[in-house]
Amino acid sequence: MVDAAASEAALPSPARRSSALRRFFRHRLAAIGMFVIAVLAIGAAGAPWLAPHDPDEIDISLRYAPPLTPGHILGSDDLGRDVLTRLLYAGQVSLSVGAAAMLVTVIVGFAVGASAAYHGGWINVVLMRLTDVMLCFPSVFLLLFVAAFVTPSLASIALMIGLTCWMEIARIVYAQILVLKSSDFIAAARMVGAPSWRIIVRQILPNTLAPIFVAATLNMANAILLESYISYLGYGIQPPAASWGNMLTNAQSDFQVDPMLAILPGLAITLAVTSFNLIGDGLRDALDPRMRERAAGAPP
Amino acid sequence: MTSLLEVENLSVAFGAMRAVDGVSFKVEQGETLGLVGESGCGKTTIALALMRLLRDAALDGSARLDGADLVAIDEKAMRALRGAKIAMIFQDPGTSLHPMIRVGDQIVEALRAHLDMTKDEARRRAVDLFRKVGIAAPEHRLRAFPHEMSGGMCQRVMIAMAIACSPRLLLADEPTTALDVTVQAQILELLRDVTREAGMSVVLITHDLGVVAGMADRVAVMYAGLIVETAPTETLFAAPLHPYTRGLLRSIPPLDRGWDEPMPTILGSVGSAFGAVGCRFAPRCSLATDACAVAPKLERIAKGHFVSCWNAK
Amino acid sequence: MLRFLLNRLLQSVVLLLGVSVIGFALMHLAPGGPMALYTLNPTVTAQDIERVKVLFGLDQPVYVQYLKWAGGMFTGNWGYSFFGGQQVREIVLDRLPATLELMGTSLLLALVIGVAIGVVSAVRHNSIVDYVSAVAAMIALSLPTFWFGLLAIYLFAQTLHWLPAGGTASTSGGDLFDRLRHLVLPVAVLSFVLVAQWSRYTRSSLLDILGQDYIRTARAKGLRPSRVLLNHALRAALAPLTTLAGLQLPLLVGGALVTETVFSWPGMGLLFVNALGMRDYPVLMAILMVGAFVVVLGNLLADVVVALVDPRVKLEHG
Repeated sequence: MVDAAASEAALPSPARRSSALRRFFRHRLAAIGMFVIAVLAIGAAGAPWLAPHDPDEIDISLRYAPPLTPGHILGSDDLGRDVLTRLLYAGQVSLSVGAAAMLVTVIVGFAVGASAAYHGGWINVVLMRLTDVMLCFPSVFLLLFVAAFVTPSLASIALMIGLTCWMEIARIVYAQILVLKSSDFIAAARMVGAPSWRIIVRQILPNTLAPIFVAATLNMANAILLESYISYLGYGIQPPAASWGNMLTNAQSDFQVDPMLAILPGLAITLAVTSFNLIGDGLRDALDPRMRERAAGAPP
Repeated sequence: MTSLLEVENLSVAFGAMRAVDGVSFKVEQGETLGLVGESGCGKTTIALALMRLLRDAALDGSARLDGADLVAIDEKAMRALRGAKIAMIFQDPGTSLHPMIRVGDQIVEALRAHLDMTKDEARRRAVDLFRKVGIAAPEHRLRAFPHEMSGGMCQRVMIAMAIACSPRLLLADEPTTALDVTVQAQILELLRDVTREAGMSVVLITHDLGVVAGMADRVAVMYAGLIVETAPTETLFAAPLHPYTRGLLRSIPPLDRGWDEPMPTILGSVGSAFGAVGCRFAPRCSLATDACAVAPKLERIAKGHFVSCWNAK
Repeated sequence: MLRFLLNRLLQSVVLLLGVSVIGFALMHLAPGGPMALYTLNPTVTAQDIERVKVLFGLDQPVYVQYLKWAGGMFTGNWGYSFFGGQQVREIVLDRLPATLELMGTSLLLALVIGVAIGVVSAVRHNSIVDYVSAVAAMIALSLPTFWFGLLAIYLFAQTLHWLPAGGTASTSGGDLFDRLRHLVLPVAVLSFVLVAQWSRYTRSSLLDILGQDYIRTARAKGLRPSRVLLNHALRAALAPLTTLAGLQLPLLVGGALVTETVFSWPGMGLLFVNALGMRDYPVLMAILMVGAFVVVLGNLLADVVVALVDPRVKLEHG
């Protein structure tokens, strides 16, 4: 099979068409991702107006209602609370925790990476060693450990996730800046006498933005996954506040009684994360599609 | 007597872009043809097309090598020819050898792909080849990795690998461009000796007219995907007929004349000459007339001298 | 080569020291400190707290505590559990084989399947196969592993009754077939994400390699495509893929934790979550350190393999 495939690849093919097609699809996919996120975000932000019920409204008489019950389009949970409403409010929580965590990650990561690259010397050594050490810990372990001892709130969870995930961005920033540092326009700025922080913010930041955007988007996807996991275990968002993760805490038993209850929040998480991943991938493609084309054998 | 290689109307297109647009030339047995032109004119593309190493390219026309049409035969047949009948050496020897395989093993592999040899026989032949291309202590060098060798030595390895199965035709794509000046002459000399001795035909691709002057029997000049002039080397240098060739020769800075004189150049740039209707050089040509709106064909002006220009009389 | 090894070993030791410092800092910076369960418990008297502190050596200056604790970690004395008082080392190491079984099997499966998919995607890039596997990988990477595991249990164990819902073996049985049945779902769930990652890594590494000059030379020699792929392309891919494997370890360990909790797989991850509920610090710290140790060791091994495979590497560090 491999023989045929490789020889097929060596023959002339209408491949210009298919690689352009692929790029178009990729952008299509990224566009779909953005659309879905927009829908989720609007739904979440507009929860107070869009939700048919109050998220804490308990109705014992209507527990575990299946979807399409009048008044409860997506059904109700073990306490009779409307699922659609809770999903929307949970969206608020999960998406904002994801966004806040992503901000923390970017800020901390940029600070560490930029300082290490820009200053060099022992600051560089200490910071990069710190990054290496932090990377040795599986983030789930670290996160759970910290989450167990801190009273969980939206802010604290975002902070914790941010503080366990900044290392990748630090490395990206570090590499980018090292390249830029030896470039001419930075030398010129220094000769003119610009202070370090100014150089970092005005010259370096704009040039490192692109890969940071990509990493940040993918980071947000990861943050949502992490939040959902710790909330599922009970160390994240505490009930009665809803997050997609904690709506799944009793999923195993829910499957017996009302499978939809266990499926819908998971679907929401998957949808959000997939969209962010698609957007991140699309951004990454937009950064260097030309390099890919050249490697494929364009004329010399 | 038929030529070793007869290329007729060869075109190479990448989607809508025609990198090579109907090129015809011949290479005789044992002769070295220089293929000259500026970067991007399509000369490397021709070589890659002849070797059928281009992905995503549509080939048209014919290229007969010893009876087989390189453009038309299937991939399996082409693989039998690659390395055995037609071989190629590339521009950057440092990156053209596999960094993790010992150079001796890379040559043994080339030998055993086409010749029926045991590993030991192939290894001994590899030692001979190394010696032939001027690598000292060949048995020892077989076990070296490419990064342990200089650029010149890597190119010697590449030459050894290319001639290993005694191909009839060798395509040399800018073989010395990536090397130090001092090494360039050695490699060219090696190439000449080795191919002369074996009666091998060579297509020497380069943008350097000096290289061509020393090595080629005939020269073909390319511009924007077309051949504009073909002639025996001495004739081309002594009496070039195409305005582009003349411009090229004129722009070689002379060692003996005024250093304070302005250097002659060919005004303008290649730009969108590719795929243009009419003579592609016309926008930059001082002899251009209205007749040049129609593309001239490659015509025989004198014995062995072909030019594609209305003004070449 | 020896110098390279020593160099990397030294770096690993430094890393482990750093890991121990961070771990210790975490333990003491957490609100309530190591005595959280007691100090935050209103029914425990101050006297009791003091007594327990002395018992566990927590009344001494911080750096002494660190040295004692770190020294203990490196010599195998991992302290005693806050609950039950058994040797932490015994408790943790008891669970190690189960976790290794899960991680090892998943990694192996993921490598075989993931690399195969990646190779096909790269060789036939821009084709339907490539596109479909890219989309599938995308979705696989976006699924919350725990939810996917729950779904799998619901479908295969509770609805179809094909496979058991958790644990390593049935209470009655324990023969090889039974153990394999219990292994299927957890491994499938954990490998799902890994396969997706590996197929993408392989695809992008291979695509990069296939565009290199030395592959063109290999083709120019007239070699069969299978030989070009296996002897030249994949050989060149070994180095970056091995490095990637090392970098993926933290995710593998973390994924194992999630999978163990969902399937009640008696490994270190499940132990961690249980100990978390009881705030059993010594156990938690030990597992954290073991996890980090596995990562450091794995990366060291990966570096050694890369040095063996890629002859250029020794020059840089040797």
